[in-house]
Amino acid sequence: MNSKSMDRRQLLNALIKGAAFGGAAGSLGLLSGCASSGGSASKAQVVVVGGGYGGATVAKYIRLLSDHGIDVTMIEPNRSFVSCPVSNLVLSGDRSMADITNPYTGLSGKHGVRIVHDRVAAVDADKRQVRLDGGSTISYDKLVIAPGIDMMWDNIQGLQAAHGAGQILHAWKAGPETVALRQQLEAMRDGGVYAIAIPEAPYRCPPGPYERASMVAAYFKRHKPKSKVLILDGNPDVTSKGKLFKAAWKDLYPGMIDYRPQHKAVAVDGRTRTVKFEVQDDVRADVLNVLPVMRAGQLAVQTGLANANNRWCHVNFLNFESTAAKNIHVLGDSIQVAAGMPKSGHMANSHAKVAAAAIVADLQGIEINPHPMLTNVCMSYVDDAHVIHVASVHEYVPTQKTFRTIGGSGGVSDVRSDLEGRYAHAWARNIWADTLM
Amino acid sequence: MTFPRLAGPRRTLHRWLTGAAAASLLLGSSAWAKDPQRLRTRALAATCAQCHGTDGHAVPGEALVRLAGLPKDYMLNQLLAFRTGQRPATIMHQITRGYSQEQLEEVATYFAAQK
Repeated sequence: MNSKSMDRRQLLNALIKGAAFGGAAGSLGLLSGCASSGGSASKAQVVVVGGGYGGATVAKYIRLLSDHGIDVTMIEPNRSFVSCPVSNLVLSGDRSMADITNPYTGLSGKHGVRIVHDRVAAVDADKRQVRLDGGSTISYDKLVIAPGIDMMWDNIQGLQAAHGAGQILHAWKAGPETVALRQQLEAMRDGGVYAIAIPEAPYRCPPGPYERASMVAAYFKRHKPKSKVLILDGNPDVTSKGKLFKAAWKDLYPGMIDYRPQHKAVAVDGRTRTVKFEVQDDVRADVLNVLPVMRAGQLAVQTGLANANNRWCHVNFLNFESTAAKNIHVLGDSIQVAAGMPKSGHMANSHAKVAAAAIVADLQGIEINPHPMLTNVCMSYVDDAHVIHVASVHEYVPTQKTFRTIGGSGGVSDVRSDLEGRYAHAWARNIWADTLM
Repeated sequence: MTFPRLAGPRRTLHRWLTGAAAASLLLGSSAWAKDPQRLRTRALAATCAQCHGTDGHAVPGEALVRLAGLPKDYMLNQLLAFRTGQRPATIMHQITRGYSQEQLEEVATYFAAQK
């Protein structure tokens, strides 16, 4: 999300003090099809910012759970939904971009969500309005912000410039950069080195970097068998499904994958594709894929909602309302998570359902469920057919005011399997439908 | 038969739930719009939807089963068999152990009533 006309201090003032935005009041109702002009005056209005796994799901489920009694407007600049889950199979050549891309038309056509393809410039929490880059203003009773992640470029010297020049990609938001990284891998000579640098947790999708390393190795094994995969991990060990990933690397790609823990990247040189570390020696690669340190999406940060170390957003887990502002809810990767709660697309979808039910209850004047539940499943491919999972079930504990994983539940795969490969394919198809259709 | 002790909410399943599905055909959905128990049941069932489809309507032709319209007793028996390990699974034993028997009954009743 962009802020083109107001700096951060002004935005904070606007949020905290409710300062008026110049010209904003006059634009109410002018946005075609928006909540302020298209909805029944008596219907409650929810505005959702962001159309990822969290935002799209909350938009759909507020419509469903209110039996279409609440108007929902979703603001999302992109015209279609590109899934991060499964995007590592685009890198390996096993899927196309079309395979991981879905339209938003189901949300509008089937569920009556108003979709506005724009960005939010600013939020006025006191007036309960959002102002769009296009200049329009939309009023809300409840605002849901699901802005995903933003990159903290300054933590690795030279990375933003090298990224801007297309020399060192992250491809941690699926889209054109996924295609660009695939092209780098295709252009690499046989016998070259692909290196992925992983930041310290927490980051989006804990098993994602290890799945990516596996899928790049699968591609090399088929097409460039003399090549190597280097995993340069800022963490002390593999952060998710470690035993299963290491077994897959040993069995499927003997001698090809080199895993190096305790490698915290501090600087890069885009021209020579070199990464420097806090302690260890520099590493040069033919394709260098550096995942930046991440934080809550820009809109959350610029509106003062990232009140956990100015990085993530504290929420009331009963309804995912921000602890910094009334009637503003935050979902998905942007939040300060509860224990055992990963930043995943499945989890964002789960957040969205708890938030949707709570928002519907609140707007209908009924008691919010005091014991919401949520689930998480992360499926990781280790080659084109075999998959490993981690699953968890979480319940809200009123006395602790947070979610905790339920004892005896959850776990990881016993072993990688092609059966779970078929389930992973079905999971993707189903969660896309559950989120968007 | 015994089950592992499970933490979590223990809600009594409202006996009218099955009847509610039939009644909604007569009254229309608006009659249920402000029903707290119906809202909670739908939200609980939604925890299954990422893999099994919204309201149990899984994408056809894929490996994960469609729950909508399956017989309630069959569904509940399978869920309980996953939980004890009697029915082997890749993941469902881990998922079902997060839910109380009352919750499994609640979702089985809900999905059975979906067309």
